[in-house]
Amino acid sequence: MTDLTALTGQALAEVAACEALAALEEARVRWLGKKGALTEQLKSLGALPAHERPAAGARINEAKAKLQAAIEARRTALERMQLEHELAERRIDVTLPGRGEEAGGLHPLTRARQRIETLFRRAGFEVASGPEIEDDFHNFEALNIPPDHPARALHDTFYFPDGRLLRTHTSPVQIRSLLTHGAPIALIAPGRVYRRDSDMTHAPMFHQLEGLVVDENVSFAHMKAALHGFLQAFFERDLAMRLRPSYFPFTEPSAEVDMSCVFCNGKGCRTCKQTGWLEISGCGMVHPNVLEASGVDPERYTGYAFGAGIDRLAMLRYGVNDLRLFFENDLRFLRQFQAAFA
Amino acid sequence: MRVPYTWLGEWVKVPWRAQELGARLTMAGFELESLEPAAPPFTGVVVAEILSAERHPQADKLKVCRVSRGSGAPLQIVCGAPNARPGLKSALAVVGAKLPDDVVIAAAQLRGVESRGMLASARELGIAESADGILELPADAPLGKPLRDYLALDEAVLTVNVTPNRGDAMSILGLAREVSALRGRALEVRAVGGVAAAHKEHFPVQLSAAAACPAFAGCIVRGVDNRAAAPLWMRERLRRAGVRSISPVVDVTNYVMLELGQPMHAYDLKRLERGIKVRLAQRGERLRLLDGRDIEADRDMLLITDARGPIGLAGIMGGERTAVSPETEEIFFESAYFSPAAILGRARRVGLTTDASQRFERGVDPTGQARAIRRALELLLPIAGGRAGPVHVAQSAAHRVKRPAVSLRAGQLNRLLGVALPAREVSAALSALGMKVKAAKGGWRATPPAQRFDIAIEADLIEEVSRIVGYDRIPERDAASPQLFRRLPAEQPPEDALLEALASRGYQEAVTFAFVDPSLQQRLFRSSAGLSLANPLSADLSVMRVSLWPGLLKAARDNERRQQQRVRLFEQGARFEPAAGGSAREIATLAGLASGARLPEQWGLSKAERAPVDFYDVKNDLEALFALTGAPAAFSFLTDTHPALHPGRSARVLRDGTRIGWLGELHPGLAKELDFTYGPVLFELDLSALAVKRAVHQELSRFPQVRRDLAVVVDESVTLSRLAERVTLSTASLLRGLRVFDVYRGPGLEPGRKSVALGLIFQDISRTLTDDDVERLMASVVSDLRESLNARIRE
Repeated sequence: MTDLTALTGQALAEVAACEALAALEEARVRWLGKKGALTEQLKSLGALPAHERPAAGARINEAKAKLQAAIEARRTALERMQLEHELAERRIDVTLPGRGEEAGGLHPLTRARQRIETLFRRAGFEVASGPEIEDDFHNFEALNIPPDHPARALHDTFYFPDGRLLRTHTSPVQIRSLLTHGAPIALIAPGRVYRRDSDMTHAPMFHQLEGLVVDENVSFAHMKAALHGFLQAFFERDLAMRLRPSYFPFTEPSAEVDMSCVFCNGKGCRTCKQTGWLEISGCGMVHPNVLEASGVDPERYTGYAFGAGIDRLAMLRYGVNDLRLFFENDLRFLRQFQAAFA
Repeated sequence: MRVPYTWLGEWVKVPWRAQELGARLTMAGFELESLEPAAPPFTGVVVAEILSAERHPQADKLKVCRVSRGSGAPLQIVCGAPNARPGLKSALAVVGAKLPDDVVIAAAQLRGVESRGMLASARELGIAESADGILELPADAPLGKPLRDYLALDEAVLTVNVTPNRGDAMSILGLAREVSALRGRALEVRAVGGVAAAHKEHFPVQLSAAAACPAFAGCIVRGVDNRAAAPLWMRERLRRAGVRSISPVVDVTNYVMLELGQPMHAYDLKRLERGIKVRLAQRGERLRLLDGRDIEADRDMLLITDARGPIGLAGIMGGERTAVSPETEEIFFESAYFSPAAILGRARRVGLTTDASQRFERGVDPTGQARAIRRALELLLPIAGGRAGPVHVAQSAAHRVKRPAVSLRAGQLNRLLGVALPAREVSAALSALGMKVKAAKGGWRATPPAQRFDIAIEADLIEEVSRIVGYDRIPERDAASPQLFRRLPAEQPPEDALLEALASRGYQEAVTFAFVDPSLQQRLFRSSAGLSLANPLSADLSVMRVSLWPGLLKAARDNERRQQQRVRLFEQGARFEPAAGGSAREIATLAGLASGARLPEQWGLSKAERAPVDFYDVKNDLEALFALTGAPAAFSFLTDTHPALHPGRSARVLRDGTRIGWLGELHPGLAKELDFTYGPVLFELDLSALAVKRAVHQELSRFPQVRRDLAVVVDESVTLSRLAERVTLSTASLLRGLRVFDVYRGPGLEPGRKSVALGLIFQDISRTLTDDDVERLMASVVSDLRESLNARIRE
């Protein structure tokens, strides 16, 4: 019987020297396989005297176990090394851009509109809409603007040959909604409107926000609070607001709404023409004639209405200095507004 | 309206500087639009007198003047003005003076003669558009006085916006009333004296349309010199108010209109034939206006006529035949009241807006006609001389303008404004506006003054009170918000989600005009002309879009020109489909377009992924939209042709068999015409067809599903939907899914045939399908396809 200790030592050394899983497997077969060197040792036990056999057998098994453990440990180590090697080989450049479609986005006017709708919905307003091709009744007459009224000259209306027209404001939605739902009502109506005008600050098509609240005791004070609340929420800041008397045929009293300039905080700058104020909306208490034309009893109900330019609100919020950019659809311009719910 | 500060000051005590005045007027409803000095800035210009003017030795057109400015030695000034003459008082810009446009005056040699300053024209001082020579000042102008002080050129001119309901405020007097009201008291209007009549003649005036013209004041003035220029002060006032000086007579009528708000007209008396008659036009009556234009009057237009016919379009513009000229010596002044109803819209109809028509349309003080003539005489006679007759007023008592009292309930005032105002303050505010106010039960009764046309109902009074008290006196009060629930129908298009879905698939939202270029639209849609605007802004924006494609294609092409190689745009908005009787159906629409590469330029793409976007890429985008409706299976695509689309690559989109839109590649011919590098793929859907179908849970099968693949060779003309239809028919309800995992054409197949690889997924709701079951199903599919579609099964 060869020296078991030397044999074991040799085996352990070989295992330790294995640099690959295949070599390790070969070594295992060579030492522990059916015809392996240590296995052969067990077979030679028969040559020993019977009383020595148990002790010798135990020593051999011990040596086998030790070698087995060493092989397992080496296998684990080699496997780990191999994995590490593979991982290292598969290292990627994490700064390469991601694959696939790029993001698109919504138009800033849509973003502004969604923002407006969200704010008003939270305040209990509904969102209404109406047709863009209107008739004289809804666009003018029911709004207390009879034919030849001087206010019509301010509207620069687009007409169709049959006398219908492109609505010049979203106010006809007031009439339509009241005729359909009656009072009480609290709605906004954002939408496209049209005026025959085109320059730096006017586009022949633009977007308006109409608001209407009619109930039994709606007052000017309520209108003030609603408009101020909306403006502060829309611009996410405290800002001053003032109403000054104005004239709209469909409201009485009427007012223009000024808010402190969002660029200079009311100190005076180019945007606000040094006044510190920006004109942002027109509003007023719904004229009794309008309530009547809409089938609402003006003795029982009062209401307020307002209109504001969505384009202007968006320009101020996003710092867009030229209205025409909204309608040029330049992808470079549009891509600036991909942020959701901005 | 332009308001020179000192002019206003002649009619009311103004306790505020111009800036403050502007702010107060703004908060009273007359928005200050601009505030500027009466002349642009300049310095170093004084009143001076030309003592002598000799011919320049070296230049015919120049004169060498000795000029005195009161103190110090006279200065030698070289001047080229034809009116430089001894004794003339003019404006001298001394050495060091700074004129508008930053011209600095220095001592200079002009053709060898020294000039120590410059005599300036009105144009050089920025107080006239043009000038024939140096400024001529009155003989009593004080020498050496700075010109800015002498002509009050530092006075502020306010431009205030007068809203259309306030015709009464379109004058110095009208705004003086407002200023007075803001000071808390009604204006005591300065009396206008007029002049004593020098003769007794008056010109006969007949009011034949007394409702339209119930009052007409007239006056004959003889012996007027209309060649003289109006004095500098009057010309300056007019200039500051934005009106050009013409002649003394015309200047005076304009001055009175600006000051009192009463438009006037002056006729050359010698050209008037017998009496004046104010009447409605007869059919076809023609008139040549002062501006030389011929108009045909409509029958609801009011005319001023004499024995020979029309001499003026009442309240709008006078006629040419009886106009005053420099030679005019005898005039007849007209100062009439025309009711707004008789004037409204008429001026616009003949393409005019005049200072007079604006005022008459909005309402002129019906009691102010005679006063205006007295004021005109008071101004004219010192300037142009002449002998005035009596001011004669033709009027119809029956048609006198009435101002009934209006009730104001304290409770309604408080309810509408949301603030309780002290009763004293309410009546004071109304009184300050010149109303007669009486206490009544629970409120007041107020009678508006004659010049106010905008006070007829309670709300009008409430506005006046709140305007004078100040809108800032009304607090902000949060509404007790009513908890109103209206039904929210589920089955609506999920608009925001649809937009977000397209955005997340790389599309950028566009907003294009609703009116488009008819020629582009015609090229895309041959048959549908689109609704034309009667008064478009320009030819290329003259027809309502029948589709969002014209706008999107234009936007895409513009972007291509801006070097964007890949464009994906969508838009939501109305399209306008012409309907019977010249009307249009307004259809909420979602449309889009994709051009350029299938995916953005990036690393690691296969060749196929680098190809231009095609029909199927965009179809996938639409399928993503359909998924949001909860009923993707309801949508189908039907081979069909559209004039704008590639005839072999276009489809009608259907939902439950109803036509809801189009998908296709732009017709290559159009793509070329429109200059596209790659023809875009276009889609357009009716938004309402994307309504959500409320989700309802379906029982799920607990049994395994079985898949069998099948490759069938069919004619090219056999569409997948045809195949799917047959497969579905022969598998009854057991088919859970049908996949297409390959479409092959080429070697191994007969020409005109294609091989479609299908994956069929079977499942039963109540049991496990056996191999036998599945084999039977497959056999029935195969035999049906062979029979109905002439299919061959590829092994």
